[in-house]
Amino acid sequence: MTERVVAGKALQFDEDGFMANYEDWNKEIAEELASEIGINPLTDRHWTVIDFCREDFVEQGDSPTIRRITSQSGVPTKELYSLFPKGPAKKVAYVSGLKKPTGCI
Amino acid sequence: MFEDKERKLCIICSKGTLDMAYPGLVLANAALMEGIDVIMFFTFWGLNMVSKKKMNTLKVTPMGNPSMAMPNGMGIPNILGILPGMTDFSTSMMKKEISKLDFPPVDEYLQMISDAGGEMYGCKMSMDMMKLTKDDLCDEVNDVVGAMEFMEMSDGAQIIFI
Repeated sequence: MTERVVAGKALQFDEDGFMANYEDWNKEIAEELASEIGINPLTDRHWTVIDFCREDFVEQGDSPTIRRITSQSGVPTKELYSLFPKGPAKKVAYVSGLKKPTGCI
Repeated sequence: MFEDKERKLCIICSKGTLDMAYPGLVLANAALMEGIDVIMFFTFWGLNMVSKKKMNTLKVTPMGNPSMAMPNGMGIPNILGILPGMTDFSTSMMKKEISKLDFPPVDEYLQMISDAGGEMYGCKMSMDMMKLTKDDLCDEVNDVVGAMEFMEMSDGAQIIFI
């Protein structure tokens, strides 16, 4: 567990480097985490994905798989890979303040 | 954690049964989700995975496979494998279990891999032998190449043979 200040707020990060507490997240944090990994600015389509993932996390208790995101958020595979290029699974979870996804699909 | 990796993975698919098609598909997709470049090469029976006619009718048989069991863990005696309908029975069982895990059928899986930027190639020599042309393969297949071209493409990549 490490502590780091993001968007003026002291946050806990787990050993995988993902935010440890889902509740500490806010939109400014998402923007700063996204820009850290080269995604800047966050467009409406990014927010569609992020909002879906956060809602799904509350319902399912786990970070959604790519398959879940593309089949239920209305953002298809091709677009998801262009919004979060080179490894969308972890990038989406990181920006959304969720833990590292573990699904195989 | 998110630094740009130059990792590339080549997956050679040489089998045409349902149980041997999924490992390649799962690994290719997982690599793309992780930001790794993927090339899939289909050779011999692996071409069935990308054949328009056969991709969705791949089968799994209990014949000669002592690991095969029912979803409840009960084994299937090998001798029963020769009964008519056993292959279709085990195939439909496995398909049901696969879809329960939210894994798509073969054609949809290939589409997903292609949309995610995965490249796919058919093996020229196998296709000549089986009298197949590029038109027999699904649209996701980028091209038909020979073994030497594959060697060029896979330069520096990690290779998995299935």
